[in-house]
Amino acid sequence: MTTDPLGLGDIGPPRFESVPAVREGLADVGYLADEGIAGVVYLADRLAKPVLVEGPAGTGKTQLAKSVADLTGSRLIRLQCYEGLDESKALYEWNYRKQLLRIQAGQVLEGVAAAEPDHHTPTWAELEEDIFSEEFLLTRPLLEAIRAKEPVVLLIDEVDRVELETEALLLEILSEYQVSIPELGTVKATTLPMVFLTSNNTRELSEALKRRCLYLHIDYPDIERERAIIRSRVPGITDELADQVARIVRSLRTIELRKLPSVSETLDWARTLVILGITSIDAAAAKDSLHILLKYQSDIERAAKELLSASD
Amino acid sequence: MLNLLSGFVEELRRAGLPVSLTEHLDAAEAVHHIPIEDREALKYALGATLIKSSSHWHAFETTFDIYFARGLGSGEDGSGDGTESEDGEGGQQRPDGQGQQGGGGASDQMTPEELAAMLFQALLERNQSLMRMVARQAVTRFAGIEKGRPVGGTYYLYRTLRNLELDRVLERLIAQARGERPDADDMSALDQRLLGDEYRGRVDQMRKAVEDEIRRRLVEDRGAQALAKSVRKPLPEDLDVMHATRDELATLQRALQPLSRKLAVRLARRRRHRRRGPLDFRATVRRSLSTGGVPVEPRFRHPRPAKPEIMVVADISGSVASFARFTLHLVYAIQSQFSKVRSFVFVDGIDEVTRFFEQVDDPAEAVARINSEADVVWVDGHSDYGHALSVFYDRWAGEISNRTSVLILGDARNNYHATEDWVLAEIRRKARHLYWLNPEPRDYWGSGDSVVGAYGAHCDRVVECRTLRQLEKFVGDLE
Repeated sequence: MTTDPLGLGDIGPPRFESVPAVREGLADVGYLADEGIAGVVYLADRLAKPVLVEGPAGTGKTQLAKSVADLTGSRLIRLQCYEGLDESKALYEWNYRKQLLRIQAGQVLEGVAAAEPDHHTPTWAELEEDIFSEEFLLTRPLLEAIRAKEPVVLLIDEVDRVELETEALLLEILSEYQVSIPELGTVKATTLPMVFLTSNNTRELSEALKRRCLYLHIDYPDIERERAIIRSRVPGITDELADQVARIVRSLRTIELRKLPSVSETLDWARTLVILGITSIDAAAAKDSLHILLKYQSDIERAAKELLSASD
Repeated sequence: MLNLLSGFVEELRRAGLPVSLTEHLDAAEAVHHIPIEDREALKYALGATLIKSSSHWHAFETTFDIYFARGLGSGEDGSGDGTESEDGEGGQQRPDGQGQQGGGGASDQMTPEELAAMLFQALLERNQSLMRMVARQAVTRFAGIEKGRPVGGTYYLYRTLRNLELDRVLERLIAQARGERPDADDMSALDQRLLGDEYRGRVDQMRKAVEDEIRRRLVEDRGAQALAKSVRKPLPEDLDVMHATRDELATLQRALQPLSRKLAVRLARRRRHRRRGPLDFRATVRRSLSTGGVPVEPRFRHPRPAKPEIMVVADISGSVASFARFTLHLVYAIQSQFSKVRSFVFVDGIDEVTRFFEQVDDPAEAVARINSEADVVWVDGHSDYGHALSVFYDRWAGEISNRTSVLILGDARNNYHATEDWVLAEIRRKARHLYWLNPEPRDYWGSGDSVVGAYGAHCDRVVECRTLRQLEKFVGDLE
């Protein structure tokens, strides 16, 4: 295993000991991972590969990156993607204003200094080198993650929102962990960041991007995990209520709804019930608070009909 | 291991999954880092490196189960138990009378009643290892597996499940669970439903255990590669819409939902991002003040493209029934993205159905209402493209402008009526685009009563559209 398929040189000491260690570690920072999630995080570290996380909204994709940052004691650098994101917002940008100021200041000083006998006029090459130095570089999240000396976790959120062409910007970072700046040369990462990309699957990502990543699909959790999540994230909830919430949500997910209740909505619901002082959900309580779980009127009506009216 | 992996990757490719060489290498590398005896870990490691789309996961899982079957080679005597981690605890929980004997070997003489009791017990306690043991027994007894037959095992599964009578077991389980509760008589509808779902979940687990067991035996019998060939199924995007079974259609519908959203987003995106608008001189000058009057960053106006108008005309006659349902969902998706979409359905009469999609926000309901309320039958309810199109022309042609794209969906099987193809020529003259999507394989076009040739002559493009992939390609090629 000493072979290094990526040619990245040293990929650094392992961050995690084993898959169970990842799982326990994540649980300690409040993220209950299942076997698949922990396994992929572990592999991402060992193979030095980015992780592309897909899945329904509100299942903890972004939270995963945050929790891994917590667990490894790394800084989280986040790039929120949106339509129209470009190089100057994602990678780096030259600080035009400062460069301009530098040139103008140079001209003024020049005027003063020209009177001196042993005056040396700076050449164009010198000036160019000067204004294209790191001092005039504005780093944006991607470059920042590459240049960081301390360990970082880079989160590229909702990558499906950028246009297909903009995706290409990410490729160099994802496969080589480097950024090429024409005027400066190539900046290589000193410590490899852990990279997470999240996608809500609104469009198909390019093959090139997918090929460079490990793929992790986070689905709705099974009932045991959901119950555990509720218990750990909702303070003051009784085991009985948590169990009931988890079971109701599981039943709801079997109905055909436009938008299924996500984990975050489940947690909101559980919190609401705790605040309202409800210890056991009956039909009336469920009906009154369904709107927290479901976001469409037609869904609420259908759920109420399926779950709360007399059995089939 | 590497050989096994290569075989596995080969099979994935044969099943149509796009696995590149780099991904294969990644998988080989990943395998080094996980404990090889941990089947679940192996599954996720391979999944993460080889599969890059959630719609492919199912195909991956099936192939994985065949190539890395649970307890493979352990024989049928139950000695395989030792390799399964949970079995230790399972052994102690066996019901009375079964004692501690090792797995199913000694219980070959079990009567059907004993088996049924064991099944009940397993489901009641949700005891995984017991479920597997029952599955082993049931398959031996009921499936009647014939060695060497090149089948995928669906029939064996059917035979076993029929004998286990899981539905009746489910009823008994629910009845018993209900009996144990103190408030049995006045349980609310909610509680009943929750209870039912709980046990339904367990019964599904049992079904899966039986499936696993049958698969394991088939692999033992014929080897992984041969079996993989028998069970290979098209991926959702390659499924033929015309000949899909009901289960497949359900899968398709689920796959269609994100896809149609994707298509609609792509259409909208295309429209918005075709190019930048003209230079905004005022904003550029204003911006340049911060750089000392040097216009470093030019500003552009946002382009304001004209709103596209789309008219969708869909055949919903019996011959294209499943295709029609599929297209109606698509029409719904398109309609929710664009403001100016009008939709029409026809058999031998034609009716506008835009209103159905506008009133309800649930596509399934809209489709149901169209099927029951739209007035599409003129004489006998057999497709008559000629009549439908000429009525369309008389009533709505006035509203086709040079910004309108017209999409016609149908197989052009006209039951030997007059084609009236002049209508299409007229539409083509007025509209911006005219496309025809045909759900029939291209080879059948023009055979029998198909008149797609006569119509196609007037269209911008006629495309075969039988699978999601073809549909996606069509949209991708637009403009």
